[in-house]
Amino acid sequence: MLVLDWILIVIAGWLALGVAGIGALRNTAFVARVLFPAGAVLAVALAGLAVAGLLGTPETAVLAIGLPDLPFHLRLDGLSAFFLLVIGAISFGISIFAAGYFRHGEGTPPGLMCLEYHLFLASMALVVLADDAYAFMVMWETMALSSFFLVTANHRVPAIREAGFLYLLIAHIGAIGILLCFGVLQANTGDYTFANMRAQSLSPLWASAAFLLATVGFGAKAGILPLHVWLPEAHPAAPSPVSALMSAVMLKTAIYGLLRVSFDLLGAQQWWWGVLLLAVGLATALYGVVFSAVQTDMKRLLAYSSIENIGLLFVGIGLGVLFNAYGMKALSALALTAALYHVVGHAFFKSLLFLATGSVLHATGERSLGKLGGLMRRMPWVAWLSLVGVLASSGLPPFSGFVSEWLLLQSFLFTTGLPDSFLNMLVPVLAAGIALVAALAGYTMVKFYGVIFLGQPREPKLADAHPASPLERAGLVWLGAGCVLLGLFPVAVIGLIDPVTRLLVGGGIAETVRANGWLLLSPSSPDRASYSPLVFLGVVSLAVLLAVVLVRKLYHGRLRRAPAWDCGYPAQTARMQDTAEGFGQPIRQIFEPFFRMRRELPSPFDAKPHYRVTIEDHFWHWLYLPVARLTSAIARGVGRLQQGRIAIYLLYSFVTLMVLLVVVKS
Amino acid sequence: MSIVGLFAQLLAILLALALAPLLTGWVNQWRAWLQGRRAPGLLQPYRVLHKLFNKESVVAEHATPIFRVAPYIMFGCMALACGIAPTLSTDLPLAPAADAIALVGLFALARVFISLAAMDIGTSFGTLGARREMLIGFLAEPALLMVLFSASLITRSTSLAMIVETLAHQPFAIYPSLAVAGVAFTMVSLAENARVPVDNPTTHLELTMIHEALILEYSGRHLALVEWAASLKLFAYSCIGLALFVPWGVAEAGTPVAILFAIPMLVVKLAVGGVLLALIETINAKMRLFRVPEFLATAFLLAVIALLVHVLLGA
Repeated sequence: MLVLDWILIVIAGWLALGVAGIGALRNTAFVARVLFPAGAVLAVALAGLAVAGLLGTPETAVLAIGLPDLPFHLRLDGLSAFFLLVIGAISFGISIFAAGYFRHGEGTPPGLMCLEYHLFLASMALVVLADDAYAFMVMWETMALSSFFLVTANHRVPAIREAGFLYLLIAHIGAIGILLCFGVLQANTGDYTFANMRAQSLSPLWASAAFLLATVGFGAKAGILPLHVWLPEAHPAAPSPVSALMSAVMLKTAIYGLLRVSFDLLGAQQWWWGVLLLAVGLATALYGVVFSAVQTDMKRLLAYSSIENIGLLFVGIGLGVLFNAYGMKALSALALTAALYHVVGHAFFKSLLFLATGSVLHATGERSLGKLGGLMRRMPWVAWLSLVGVLASSGLPPFSGFVSEWLLLQSFLFTTGLPDSFLNMLVPVLAAGIALVAALAGYTMVKFYGVIFLGQPREPKLADAHPASPLERAGLVWLGAGCVLLGLFPVAVIGLIDPVTRLLVGGGIAETVRANGWLLLSPSSPDRASYSPLVFLGVVSLAVLLAVVLVRKLYHGRLRRAPAWDCGYPAQTARMQDTAEGFGQPIRQIFEPFFRMRRELPSPFDAKPHYRVTIEDHFWHWLYLPVARLTSAIARGVGRLQQGRIAIYLLYSFVTLMVLLVVVKS
Repeated sequence: MSIVGLFAQLLAILLALALAPLLTGWVNQWRAWLQGRRAPGLLQPYRVLHKLFNKESVVAEHATPIFRVAPYIMFGCMALACGIAPTLSTDLPLAPAADAIALVGLFALARVFISLAAMDIGTSFGTLGARREMLIGFLAEPALLMVLFSASLITRSTSLAMIVETLAHQPFAIYPSLAVAGVAFTMVSLAENARVPVDNPTTHLELTMIHEALILEYSGRHLALVEWAASLKLFAYSCIGLALFVPWGVAEAGTPVAILFAIPMLVVKLAVGGVLLALIETINAKMRLFRVPEFLATAFLLAVIALLVHVLLGA
């Protein structure tokens, strides 16, 4: 049997689990203890099969489902196998976590949740396997709908329903873009298989049209500017395992689509596509991180951080397109390797952090950062594993985020040599933007971690926060281990990315990297640039250990516990710590033009002073509300025609007939 | 990896550990002299460290392990930073482990840990310090990276050892981009090492503190390690600055005797640099906190301009 057949069996298994969930609609124990763990086992199998597919040759299959003459074409190649690997590896951790997470009495019954969840997983897997536009769009829509129902699991809350509808709306704007893009790609042949699209050579104008449609279509799903507004609403509204799945995996299917269309289906690339992706990506990244730094809701903060990371991915892909357009294969492969590395890295740390917020939410019932604090002592497992996620997310060595950041900055530095002198000048300067985004991400993550897990509890009820259940911990451990291993063994991971870049641009960096030894990550030669996370970690740990031992040997290890000193101030309370608002204040001040801010300051004579600040998105007021107003104005105009009386409609028919007759006559 | 290289590597780290407090003492001494005060002895920082190591550590009741681990991690990070900065020789076995970008990451790692430790106790001053430290960090980090990028573009390498070797080998020429980058680097170093005009290392007023507010809760051996790490950081920054902008006198691969000459050369360069630092600290006033972002944004823009100058002029 082919690897692809086994993968289809796994996907069918997921669907069967979903159906079994319907059978046990309200049996929470069965769904949580049997169905979700079984889904996790299938996820591991999928990850293993994906590795086999990644190292093997492309395989195709035709499924006779759907309309009579339109079967589903499926194809497993390096690119789809890589994204299947991400889906499998991440959903394994999330499914295990979910087994310990879903409880009684939360909106949608657990059996239905189970169906939607596994349908979501299966549709994502099939999206990356689809080999014709028809199968792709059906699966893409299934993915959007199943995730819509997952987002609105708590549909009795009006805000969650609103978030769900906004998500659905923008998902469909994106879907229209993708549909039109496929329409352009098939070049009037009427054959919608990807094989046919690859064979077509479009004129530069139509190729650019297809590329722009794909950017809008997949960008809407990924959350790039200005189509990002659904993301900070929908991700926090969903239950945490779903937020994790959407942020870590679903956004990546959009990245998959963009790579598939712009590298695989479209043949020749144009340099300005790369510049466009670079500019949009950098703007998105900066916007995302600045908004992330001022959030006061922990899940919104993470959602904005996802926008930032998607921006970084677009930057990487943009560089890849730019180099590829000028025929610089090796550099293009380097930039794409950085982007793909970040795809995996972000998937691991963002799902870890979203799941951690889920545990915190269950333990405390609070999502607002202003009411949390000191949870490290109450839930140490979640806290220590989140620390790994936070360090990876801040792009600090020796964790996963740093490797992709390092590769990305290297590809910026290698830029000199582009034939266009203006680009030659522009591109290294864009690296400054990346550096700023990375540093701001560190700020945001310190805020996130410090306010939730460190310090003193800001509310009395946090004293009874309970630690996470063993299954939740197990899921978090898997994802945390991923963040560490991805950080420590970059050479091995690049070996897995290599087939993808070979498929996309016909070149890879794995050979050069392997030639420099497994210990050292060096994309060209160690003289030029190198980084070795294991040596890095080893030396720092050695220095730490020596310091601990020597200090104890030469001096002593005496330690006394006492109340906090705080410069001798006796009346110290937990409310004197920085809140999330306080910690974000410098960012609010420095990046003021980014925000639409309303502030109510208390007067000094107020007996019960209230401070309120609301931060909104300019795009919402400048773009979305005007468009919404225009739409409803047009709808009102059309509505005037609808009088609801049969005589009026007969009159319309009569007038139309007369006009037509006149037209025909003349 | 050669025996000489290994020896040079060990020597560089040990020398940094030993000399870093001396550099701090030297700067303090000159600062006192320039300000017309009687100076503490040159060895005062060692006495302080010895005293602090002997004292017991008092830790807040509800402190988590992060609070106790952070000084060690900060110390370890700074030790590695001194190990990869080409102070004496460019033939360093550790150099391939971390290039200029990883060096910036190393400083960031230390900063994140010490900020988390400050938030851990949950006092008003601690969180205030953490916020300010991260504010300075997120502006200084990209500026530092851009300075290093300018040097990397000239030498076509991000490895610090390679940068120094290439720069030292080139015929003496003033690179306009490096000159601009040098100004930016000086500004970043002042901010990163908590020096006037950004921060005042000798302040006693909590509300104006940045670095000192972070470490208010530390005592005994933890405080000693933090102080030592802070002087290591100053040492590492000085060495990197010297390596980038005055790269002469550093020994190269296969020249063991040159290392012996490199030591006095380094001491002289550091001594001059220390006096300049004291001078800068004396003739400037500490600025208000809200002016600091402007100061650092200027440094960031200067660094970007340095990069632009390089791409435009090719020098």
